[in-house]
Amino acid sequence: MPTFVDPNTCNACAEEHLGPLCVYICPNDLMALDVVANKGFNQEPDMCSECYACVKLCPQEAIRVRGYADFVPLGALVQPHRTEDGLQWEVVFRDGRRFEFTYQSRTRAAGSVAPYQGFTEDSAADLRNQNLAGDSVWLGVDKLPAPARGRD
Amino acid sequence: MAFETTETVDCDILIIGGGMSGCGAAFEAKFWAGDRRVVLAEKAVIERSGATGEGLSAINCYMGQRYGWNTPEDFVNYVVNDMMGLAREDLVYDVGRHVDNSVHLLEEWGLPIWKQENGQYERIGRWQIPIHGESIKPIAAEPARTALGPENIYERVAITHLLTDDDDPGKIAGALGFSVRDNRFYVFRSPVVIITTGGASNVFRPRSVSEGLGRTWYSVFATGSAYGLMIPAGVEMTQMEHRFVPTRFKDGYGPVGMWFQYFHAKVLNALGDDYTVTRADELGKYEPYGSAIPTPTPLRNHQMFLDIRDGYGPMYMRTDQAMQALSGGDPAKMEQVRNEAWEDFLDMTISQALTWAAQNIAPEETPSEVVLAEPYIMGSHSGEAGAWVSGPEDVTGSGAAPDYFWGYNRMTTIRGLFAAGDGVGAAPHKFSSGSFTEGRIAAKAAVNYLADNPGRPAVTGEQVQGLQQTILAPLATYDRHKGATTAEEINPHYLTPKQGLVRLQKIMDEYGAGASAWYTTNGPTLERGIQLIEMLREDLAHLAARSPHELMRCWELVHRAWVGEAHLRHLLYRQETRWPGYYYRSDYPNLDDANWRVFVNSRYDRAADSWELMTRPYRNLIT
Ligand SMILES: Cc1cc2nc3c(=O)[nH]c(=O)nc-3n(C[C@H](O)[C@H](O)[C@H](O)COP(=O)(O)OP(=O)(O)OC[C@H]3O[C@@H](n4cnc5c(N)ncnc54)[C@H](O)[C@@H]3O)c2cc1C
Ligand code: SF4
Ligand code: SF4
Repeated sequence: MPTFVDPNTCNACAEEHLGPLCVYICPNDLMALDVVANKGFNQEPDMCSECYACVKLCPQEAIRVRGYADFVPLGALVQPHRTEDGLQWEVVFRDGRRFEFTYQSRTRAAGSVAPYQGFTEDSAADLRNQNLAGDSVWLGVDKLPAPARGRD
Repeated sequence: MAFETTETVDCDILIIGGGMSGCGAAFEAKFWAGDRRVVLAEKAVIERSGATGEGLSAINCYMGQRYGWNTPEDFVNYVVNDMMGLAREDLVYDVGRHVDNSVHLLEEWGLPIWKQENGQYERIGRWQIPIHGESIKPIAAEPARTALGPENIYERVAITHLLTDDDDPGKIAGALGFSVRDNRFYVFRSPVVIITTGGASNVFRPRSVSEGLGRTWYSVFATGSAYGLMIPAGVEMTQMEHRFVPTRFKDGYGPVGMWFQYFHAKVLNALGDDYTVTRADELGKYEPYGSAIPTPTPLRNHQMFLDIRDGYGPMYMRTDQAMQALSGGDPAKMEQVRNEAWEDFLDMTISQALTWAAQNIAPEETPSEVVLAEPYIMGSHSGEAGAWVSGPEDVTGSGAAPDYFWGYNRMTTIRGLFAAGDGVGAAPHKFSSGSFTEGRIAAKAAVNYLADNPGRPAVTGEQVQGLQQTILAPLATYDRHKGATTAEEINPHYLTPKQGLVRLQKIMDEYGAGASAWYTTNGPTLERGIQLIEMLREDLAHLAARSPHELMRCWELVHRAWVGEAHLRHLLYRQETRWPGYYYRSDYPNLDDANWRVFVNSRYDRAADSWELMTRPYRNLIT
């Protein structure tokens, strides 16, 4: 499989301006929309890395993962649920044991970064030196290290 | 007929790939380039594309210069030893001195980094810091997207070929590709191109060959495109014989670094022995690297390899012993350790968590198998394959090392073509943060190049149309021949991309020192492998595709095949066994520093269809 879509829960992302979000995000172009059934599906399961990008993004939580048939016994579940700033993971063992883990993913909201804020480098005057943009604020030491010359 | 629409994009800097190094390049390029047009082309969507899309549980390259933890010189010493004596000191130094800037910025942009009580970053090892890194990729992508502007990011566009200048094939002119979504063929014309298209998985036959083909250790999205774009364009490559054989949790490929370094777990064989103890004498055969501290990764692999070969497996990571020792019977402490242990997988290799759950493995009770995986070829992690690039001016310029410097940092041997991340050779151990940083280094140098070399590239329709026909040929091949049999997959006129991939993997595994050959090969075996891969390359002109998706798979396979062929040729050329534990030349079983502490480079000549292999000297620029 590895990812599979619950046909009863998938609504083909009817409201999403980016279209079906699993199709939008999959880094390996695996998730596709079955136009007849109007449901998402994995078109090439043996190229799925179980990266969970689609699982994490699906607004309906319609996507799950059935571990690789090659080596994963049936019956387990590892399913993320979105929280305000991270994910809550539901882990169910084959023997029924159940764990929950919650981790933060980010400390500030997506879309709130101003890329070069506070940078003092001058894009013309500093173009030829070795410094990268933002060194004066973010390198953490006063001066960019340079090696002693002519060692070879 | 597909791809009737061709879109031509003219820009000043084209970044191919939007992974860690591509996002770093975009962010930095726009700062220096001002109103010049910077464009990024990516086959997926940059928020989750590439090797870090799944997330990371650690940043593996951080100096901590502000805490006085390490200097860039320390980093060079460590990397050179871990690579058994072979890494470009100038390039490694350059990443080391700059990388902290990137890590601090990632934190500022929202990446949660674990802290010690004194407020400093927590540490896993000397260079590694733990993070809550599930979203490291969207966090790295956001400033890139904002800086370039969404209109300059072309997603779902797979790049297949580079364009060189009509009047001067030694100069870059752009790239070609196609969209897997909107049926458009793309022509990018640009005087500067930065390649950041990642490393290569699935070149060797993996241990799982059915559904598990996607669960490679290095990301299955890493299709060798950095090399597959550069090699046929005639770029000089270095260390393409190098590979990394990761020791990982069995089948799910969960990482082991946190277990060794943070939880202090041991791997014991079936007899309960620790191979680092029982095989300690083995290190003496590989001096001076054998006595380096820490023991270089290939030598630790080698010790474990001997245990497995001699029949002492399975090898178990004693997670149970480590967790019991850390918690010391305190349930609250055990809770914390359990949380940290599962996060390591859930942040980065979720499959391993699923494998544990499905096999009823609670790590505090049950140890877990580890194995040596199949080989991987890349340049940013523990591998060092990639382009031979010019170094930083203040380390390598002014005649200090003429064969290491030709004007612009991270420029390849094709003028105007830069590389970063997995695409740059002899500069390993960059990892996520160092790759992001190297993208930035390359981008600033690229703006310098642009300032010195005004003018547009010359690209005629003829070059573009010829290549366009080649690129779209698999669609035509399928249409022309699909009726020749009653079962389309068995057709004397073509191969499907999956069939070609399996063939490549079989050749590499059996002739190129893969896992099933106990990582061992010799001259005659490699020569035979090269004959077979040459035939494969001929057959790849007969790939068939039924859709844009399959067309992308065709070109990914072609890129992987270039990696495989270069790897075999380099393996043959280096007459020694420099990295036991990664591969063994049975005809040259020893490490030979006197003759082979040199870089092995190659250049493919398209016009003559021939390869030239050569060595480049090692230079002690820092050590
Ligand atoms: C399993 C695993 C675990 C890792 N663990 C860690 C860790 O714990 N800590 C750490 O610091 N680092 C870690 N790394 C290393 C880190 O992920 C890499 O070093 C880094 O991502 C390399 O950056 P890159 O830009 O070269 O490649 P990538 O980040 O892989 O980016 C390549 C990009 O190019 C795109 N692309 C590829 N081909 C084409 C094409 N033909 N056309 C257009 N676009 C294309 C891809 O979609 C992708 O976006 C890990 C890597 C892996 C695979
Ligand atoms: S993201 Fe979820 S709801 Fe949307 S199409 Fe995919 S499976 Fe269906
Ligand atoms: S888990 Fe990852 S690779 Fe698999 S379908 Fe989802 S997004 Fe694609």
